[in-house]
Amino acid sequence: MISGVSISRVWAIAVKEVRHLRRDRLTGGMIAGIPVVMTILFGYAINNDVRGLSAGVVDEANTSASRQLIAATRASQVVDRLSAADSPWELEQLLANNEISIGIHIPADFERRLALGQRPLAQLLVDDSDPIILGAARGLVNLSVAGFQPTESLTTFELLPMFNPERRSAVFIVPGLCGVILTLTMVLFTSIAIVKERERGNLELLITTPVTSLELMVGKIAPYIVIGYIQVTLILLLGVWLFDLPLRGSMVELYLAVGFFVPSVLTLGLIISTIATTQFQAFQLTFVTFLPQLLLSGFMFPFEGMPKAVQYFAEIFPLTHFLRIVRGIVIRDAHLAALTDELWPLLLFFVTGMIFATLRFSKRLD
Amino acid sequence: MTGNLAISATNLTRKFGNILAVDHLNLEIPEACIFGFLGPNGCGKSTTIRMLCGLLTATEGEATVLGIDVARHPEVLKRRIGYMTQRFSLYDDLTALENLRFMGDIYRLDRQTRDDRIALLLERFELEALSNQLAGTMSGGQRQRLALMAVTLHEPDLLFLDEPTSAVDPESRRQFWEFLFDMVDTGTTILVTTHFMDEAERCHGLAILDKGALAASGSPRQMKESLPITVIEIESGHSRAVRDLLLLNSKVVDVAQIGTLLHALVDPGEAEPIRHLQRLLRQSGIKTEMKVVVPNLEDVFVMATHGLMPA
Ligand SMILES: Nc1ncnc2c1ncn2[C@@H]1O[C@H](COP(=O)(O)OP(=O)(O)O)[C@@H](O)[C@H]1O
Ligand SMILES: [Mg+2]
Repeated sequence: MISGVSISRVWAIAVKEVRHLRRDRLTGGMIAGIPVVMTILFGYAINNDVRGLSAGVVDEANTSASRQLIAATRASQVVDRLSAADSPWELEQLLANNEISIGIHIPADFERRLALGQRPLAQLLVDDSDPIILGAARGLVNLSVAGFQPTESLTTFELLPMFNPERRSAVFIVPGLCGVILTLTMVLFTSIAIVKERERGNLELLITTPVTSLELMVGKIAPYIVIGYIQVTLILLLGVWLFDLPLRGSMVELYLAVGFFVPSVLTLGLIISTIATTQFQAFQLTFVTFLPQLLLSGFMFPFEGMPKAVQYFAEIFPLTHFLRIVRGIVIRDAHLAALTDELWPLLLFFVTGMIFATLRFSKRLD
Repeated sequence: MTGNLAISATNLTRKFGNILAVDHLNLEIPEACIFGFLGPNGCGKSTTIRMLCGLLTATEGEATVLGIDVARHPEVLKRRIGYMTQRFSLYDDLTALENLRFMGDIYRLDRQTRDDRIALLLERFELEALSNQLAGTMSGGQRQRLALMAVTLHEPDLLFLDEPTSAVDPESRRQFWEFLFDMVDTGTTILVTTHFMDEAERCHGLAILDKGALAASGSPRQMKESLPITVIEIESGHSRAVRDLLLLNSKVVDVAQIGTLLHALVDPGEAEPIRHLQRLLRQSGIKTEMKVVVPNLEDVFVMATHGLMPA
């Protein structure tokens, strides 16, 4: 027997709970907002069918048949921006610097290969630091050309994964994970930073002192920059020890990039902290900002597969840019100098966020 | 007391939606004194202090604190004041010493000055033994002393103390007030809120607030002496019944229970107040002892909250 369960008491608690929700406008809004926004956003945005990759082409044969092959590749819509390169070596450079995702190399003996039909006609150099791109490239290998019938064992293109030929998933995942984990923990730490002081009553004392808003903001995030570095180091060490993660690029450059990334995610937390009024709201906002970053940054789903509008939107996220940097440096041995396009958005995010949070934070109670 | 004003406010008003928390308050508080705000909970004491510190914007009216226009230069003011909030606002998860050092650094004391002052205050407040204890695990009285230390480290010219002694035993309260008087001797002005009469009695100046408005002000003595009422102290075994009977009469303004005694506030126009009261009780047959007494602050408070104090 369930002794002492009073329906009226259960009812009283349930009614009280609903009242809490109604008073908390932010939470109330999220009840409808989260499912609607997330469903629409992710339903439209997430698409494993990648199109429109950029490619570099080296056509050493330069015959009508080779040009046909290139046209057929483009017709597949997997690649749409084609740029000419001079040598396979240049293709590798372009791949490393993330300027192209796929390199098409048509060798000088293309016509002979076509006539003999014993070897693949050409090569696809693929940036496999993103497994989705590898998957998309695989869709191209059996492209049919006039006079050549690709089979299971003899494909049109020979697939050359450039960076992770053994296709170990840790190599793909771990560098990106750095960014994802940092995005979660850094925002979580700082989003409650000011809210907590407000909830506990510390803030009333603090704002009566001559401390300035900017001093408070910078002081709040400073320790977490160090913590961010500790976390990155831990993740990379685990990656190397447990998963044989190859650290190809310069660690100095990676750590420099972390110095751009961590402050930018920390300011996201600060912004949340000046918006939320309770720690619970801060957690919710952290979650609401984390999920789109996780799904739209290119970590879980292909960036190139998303509609253009969503891609532009996702460019706002620090994680989007850091993923490109960390994958570039760790997997493709890219140089930070070639990745400056990913650095300034982080800086911009940090500065804008800092200004916003500082202006939003008022040393008043009204 | 010098002629300078530490605080002057005219028509200071604050609304929260429809609630009129502070209602056209006029204040003139001289330097180097202890000034008390006396009033029941919700009468607007904290709200007034917050406006005077520049934490809340006044809906109407203005305030000059230490010669600084609060609305215009709150940050200049903040360097020169200390505010001990009603709720403990230091960090529970820091030790006493860590809290104090933090506050010292926020006010940019150099390390030597900071540590010297902390050592001095810890000794004065008898908290040396607890300097490494977490603030959250301290008793009410210990926290209160710690909080006061924290807001006096930078030697403010003006100190706001919002119900500093509400969670404190009588002995600690006495000690606390002694320290306040020491500070006033060095020229500090102190504005303290309270609902304890004995504390209000110690203030140099007093403002009684009622529903956000100033109900009376002056020195405690002044207010007691100028009270336009006759106070009769009544001793009786049936306080409740006596009170009910007396309150029926229009010449009796109020009857307040003070300990086992009753204080009847009688219209000063009544020439023979004791005889008048006894006449009222004659029928009931209740035996009472009555005498005219000098009004105390409680009587002042009752009068003020009835709106019966001369402006
Ligand atoms: N932030 C606020 N929002 C709405 N009402 C408030 C707020 N702060 C105070 N009040 C109201 O203003 C009145 C005065 O409050 P307060 O100044 O805290 O009184 P006291 O300190 O004398 O107890 C009360 O009625 C209180 O409910
Ligand atoms: Mg109060």
